[in-house]
Amino acid sequence: MLNIALPKGRLGEKVYAMFEAAGYECPSIKENNRKLIFENTEKQVCYFWVKPSDVAIYVERGAADIGVAGKDILLEYSPDVYELLDLNLGKCRMAVAAPKEFDDDGEKTLKVATKFTNIAAKYYAGIGREIDIIKLNGSIEIAPILKLSDVIVDIVETGTTLKENNLEVKNTIVPISARLIANKASFKFKGSDIENIVNSIKTQVKNND
Amino acid sequence: MLDNKVFKNEEIAIFTLRSLYAKYGYKPFKMSKFEEYEFYIQNKDFLVSDRIIAFNDTNGKLLALKPDVTLSIIKNGEDINGYKQKVCYNENVYRVSENTHQFKEIMQTGVECIGEIGLYDIYEMILMAAETLKLLSEDFVLEISHLGLLSSLLENISDNATFKREAIKYISDKNSHDLSCLCDEYGVEQDLKNILLSFVSIYGERSLVLEKLDQIGNYISCEAVNTLKTLSCLLDNLSYSSKIVFDFSAVSDMNYYNGIVFKGYISGISQGVLTGGQYDNLLSKMGRDSGAIGFATYLDLLEDLPTEKSAYDVDVLLLCGDVTDNTLLVNTVNQIINSGKTVSVQNVDTGNIRYKELKSLKGGF
Repeated sequence: MLNIALPKGRLGEKVYAMFEAAGYECPSIKENNRKLIFENTEKQVCYFWVKPSDVAIYVERGAADIGVAGKDILLEYSPDVYELLDLNLGKCRMAVAAPKEFDDDGEKTLKVATKFTNIAAKYYAGIGREIDIIKLNGSIEIAPILKLSDVIVDIVETGTTLKENNLEVKNTIVPISARLIANKASFKFKGSDIENIVNSIKTQVKNND
Repeated sequence: MLDNKVFKNEEIAIFTLRSLYAKYGYKPFKMSKFEEYEFYIQNKDFLVSDRIIAFNDTNGKLLALKPDVTLSIIKNGEDINGYKQKVCYNENVYRVSENTHQFKEIMQTGVECIGEIGLYDIYEMILMAAETLKLLSEDFVLEISHLGLLSSLLENISDNATFKREAIKYISDKNSHDLSCLCDEYGVEQDLKNILLSFVSIYGERSLVLEKLDQIGNYISCEAVNTLKTLSCLLDNLSYSSKIVFDFSAVSDMNYYNGIVFKGYISGISQGVLTGGQYDNLLSKMGRDSGAIGFATYLDLLEDLPTEKSAYDVDVLLLCGDVTDNTLLVNTVNQIINSGKTVSVQNVDTGNIRYKELKSLKGGF
């Protein structure tokens, strides 16, 4: 039996559709109820929905053999997992955004508001810029408007939220998409099962390109 | 044989592994719990984490609780021509847990061979690593890599240190998609890019991996390939040979490690329980002429293995109440123990002890 952690929400539904198309369906997952774990003994798969940011933890700790997590989470928390496939889903980018009129002249310590403190710290260390990181858990866009920070580092999908708050992308740090990850120990013992799933899904990713 | 109802997995492992290492002439090495703090600061890159528990000794000297064993063994050894120092140890180390971000005591057992390392020494170390895993669980995998292969290939591709660092990270993650993007970013030729990408997918059965390596040919170190071939032939004779595989995603810090590196997994434990390799570079950084190879097993991880949980704390709960005849009490306890049962003597049954039988001296045993 292969345990598969899926991210709750729209992305998770798209991901499940890929697993289903690959021949690893589990009809009970579509039933309208509050269950969180769904098993198909015939196909030897067990799916469960978890918070997107928790998928990597479930996989790293071996509660799930494989799972699907955003590259943002993988970069932020650096879980010790294999990253087997880019699903080309949930595409967006990690970017630095600021009010349109803001220009970083480098004279003062840059105040950066973000949920992704490790990604921000690594990015600015890479360009040698001194920063003051302000860790926020949501509504990051409000920080520069209220002068809490100079810039924000956050995920940008369409840019609509930024635009509506008079912000714009100043730099792209890294492109983001959903990745299929595997627990390293599970890969040693259930390698062929995992490879079969990866290869079936890989065909769909190629078709999506 | 130790009773697994009485002893924990890790406690049984300590005794059985020591016997195993003794068979190959590895002598126990006991070291102090403390080292001078400065010693670790000088070698902090070798440590898993640079966060160390430090404290002042009575004379004001700054000491540290050991975060690592290998460094202490190397520090205390000396280079004698033709002699190989072979030691085993069982020690607690103190490191910051990546999960809780708090200090944790980790029970670690391992072996080190320091001297002029030849192919037999590498084989012996891998054999002991595999035997270690086998003693812990029949369902294990030992993966072997050779850092010389990867470093020779990367040398042929680029001199750029950032490229090499990123490439190694992606190979260790089996992340071919980002490795491909990295190659494009650095303008790596298509042929070389394909070879590098193939590294991510070359793993598993040793003979198949060796065939694929032959196809890569001149871009990788012949010496490293030959080492793997000879090693694989020697390992073929083992009854559990198929559990020893090649996987080049097993990479360790190349500043310290070189040559063969390996990692062991046990079914039921979500991370590697054994890690080791050749670390000649570390010795050279510490001013020694010798080479070295060794491995460590993280026994604390064995807690994750399923254990047979007894439904009872003792076989007999013996209530002595207000009995004053201690001779009778001693004789009764001896009688129960001699019959092969366990016993707990208590005044009354408070409900805290789970037992099979209840006996009472008061009631005329």
